[in-house]
Amino acid sequence: MNILVDIRGLKKYFPIRGGVFGRPVGMVKAVDGVSLSVKRGQWLGLVGESGCGKTTLAKTVVRLWKPTSGHIYFDVPDAVKAEIEASQASGNNSGKLASLLKENDLGTFSGARVRLFRRRAQLVHQDPFTSLDPRMKLKNIVAEPLTIHKVLSGDAQETAVKELLGTVGLSAGQLERYPHQFSGGQRQRIAIARALATKPEFIAFDEPTSALDVSVQAQILNLLKDLKKEFGLTYLYITHELLIAESVCDYIAVMYLGKVVEMGRPEEVFHTPRHPYSQSLVSATPVPDPKRRVGRIVLPGEVPSPANPPPGCAFHPRCSRASEQCREFGPELKLVGDNRYVACFHPL
Amino acid sequence: MQQDLIRIRDLSVRFYTYEGVVHAIDDLDLDIRQGETLGIVGETGSGKTMTALAILRLIPYPGKIESGSIVFFDRDGGGELDLLKLSEDKMRSIRGNKISMVFQEPGAALNPVYTIGDQISEVYLLHRRQELGHRAKQRVDSLLSDGSGFASALRRPFWRWQSRLYDKIAQDSHSVEPRFLSHVPLFRRLLRRLRDEAKLLTVDMLKNVEIPDPARVAAQYPHQISGGMKQRAVIAMALACSPELLIADEPTTSLDVTIQAQMLELFRRIKADRGASVVFVTHNLGVASEVCDRLTVMYAGRLCEVASVEDMFLHPSHPYTKALLDAVPIPGKELQTIPGALADALNPPPGCRFHPRCPSAMPMCQRERPKLKEIGKDHMVACYLF
Repeated sequence: MNILVDIRGLKKYFPIRGGVFGRPVGMVKAVDGVSLSVKRGQWLGLVGESGCGKTTLAKTVVRLWKPTSGHIYFDVPDAVKAEIEASQASGNNSGKLASLLKENDLGTFSGARVRLFRRRAQLVHQDPFTSLDPRMKLKNIVAEPLTIHKVLSGDAQETAVKELLGTVGLSAGQLERYPHQFSGGQRQRIAIARALATKPEFIAFDEPTSALDVSVQAQILNLLKDLKKEFGLTYLYITHELLIAESVCDYIAVMYLGKVVEMGRPEEVFHTPRHPYSQSLVSATPVPDPKRRVGRIVLPGEVPSPANPPPGCAFHPRCSRASEQCREFGPELKLVGDNRYVACFHPL
Repeated sequence: MQQDLIRIRDLSVRFYTYEGVVHAIDDLDLDIRQGETLGIVGETGSGKTMTALAILRLIPYPGKIESGSIVFFDRDGGGELDLLKLSEDKMRSIRGNKISMVFQEPGAALNPVYTIGDQISEVYLLHRRQELGHRAKQRVDSLLSDGSGFASALRRPFWRWQSRLYDKIAQDSHSVEPRFLSHVPLFRRLLRRLRDEAKLLTVDMLKNVEIPDPARVAAQYPHQISGGMKQRAVIAMALACSPELLIADEPTTSLDVTIQAQMLELFRRIKADRGASVVFVTHNLGVASEVCDRLTVMYAGRLCEVASVEDMFLHPSHPYTKALLDAVPIPGKELQTIPGALADALNPPPGCRFHPRCPSAMPMCQRERPKLKEIGKDHMVACYLF
């Protein structure tokens, strides 16, 4: 499997403005140095609590936001990446490096390049109640990407819309309806149909089922499975529910305060978590089984503010294994097994 | 056998909307026992929140409690009360006092223009006025006996007056003189100790729900504290008067898993400490299995199944319960979906409301509504299969 999306040292900071002239007085480090790669055809789960930067990461990867620093390579051959890295390491031939980055690094794209990229990568937002324009009819919502990207128009567009609705399990008779006439599950289907319109290779899902009921959630997850198989899609799936991540994803990254703390296959991360944060996250997840009530690790305190993260390892104030070292230095993500990464000085 | 605390019989709640009449709750029978945690599980629109609101008679317009009875067995005095027949005044003295509620969204349940402390002390000022009067009187009396010197000699007449006023409040919370004075500028300062006492109780209560630095949090406004803290404050408010029944409407839905785990611990501790009954409304089956003793599953305004947590998860009997449990993502298991969509609230299907989606529907299911039948110890199912 080759790598479709390669994120290297990605940072996204939001300035906090204050004073008379609105100059930045601080930075919210929403995403603070994330390196991730998504292989073609993979279903990558991104797990974490609110405020850990998972949504920011997704929105930066599909270039709704421009990264503060770091590189995002979308479908770039390894040779080119190696060349960029080599010239960065040597540090002098800046003209060549700049042109290489301009052509390959998604983070530096602008204008037509971004538009071309967005045709290949789409985002499905969290809340289907706010992500659809209440004044647009279903047919226009689903057709809009086709119009914007000038893929299809006229009759061809209409047939395409009908076809799309069929693939996500909506009937063509609802074309003239407005979003408020649909239920939550149906709206999320509309949002998925809209994301599929330009035939993307990569779709990022930002908690697509968190506003939905369990039975509807199961329908949507099964739909995503089918679509992935049918169109050979690659997913970046953000969720805060570990049970979902474990049951559908192929690979999982756990985030805490803007950083990835652990990566691995879901069964490994959930059964033998190596990072203390993933361990407590796993044990805090309520499982519908009355026999598994015991042995829960309840973390003290709350997630610190990303505007003022603790020094060293961001997790150390809540960690039971924290040592002097953790207070001063932030651990790097290290390979600890077969495709298994942990950022901790004292892994479990 | 535990005694019942609340006995709901034939409860019907309807909403009279422009589109038609919505049967939000349809002939519901439910018992809440003393000292238990009863979980109400269901999907959106199943009527679980409405059941909780009906107990407090807080059904929002255009909804109406159409018929039925909700009998409340008051442990300390009061005897049997039919909550649906009480006057609004009497109901208000029960709300927040004997029966209290934790609402779904902690951010929306708190008033943004009052401090956390103000909002919690309001509960004490409303329901515990006599106790506050008593405490304030003791404080003034200790001032009267300890004080010496010129300054204290000047204040003495006021302290005596205060002591007399607080004594009146301690005897009768609606005593005329203090009530009159509380409306007169300058003189109402004489009663300020009630508020001070309420603040002290509030800080104690906040400490009880494990809020670090409770005095500081009491002086803060809701927007200054995090979601988990807000939820704790709301829980503190609900527990302020040691209620006999605490109704929690999706108390952890808007919280993160690690904070949710803290809350579930808190609920468990509160129940053990106070022996109160808890009604836990949730759509998260995992949460329900963690905290509840008994579970009820609701579908389209009706009960499907009532059973102990173990029975519900190990031997689910109603087809809807089974389907709901299968829809929860469990690693290594294929996700099962329930065919079709939730029953239309305006035109619910006749007979059993689940029959259009039910894999084992029989012709009888379309005609007549199944009654709740006892199929085992503490296990009731409304289905013709049994």
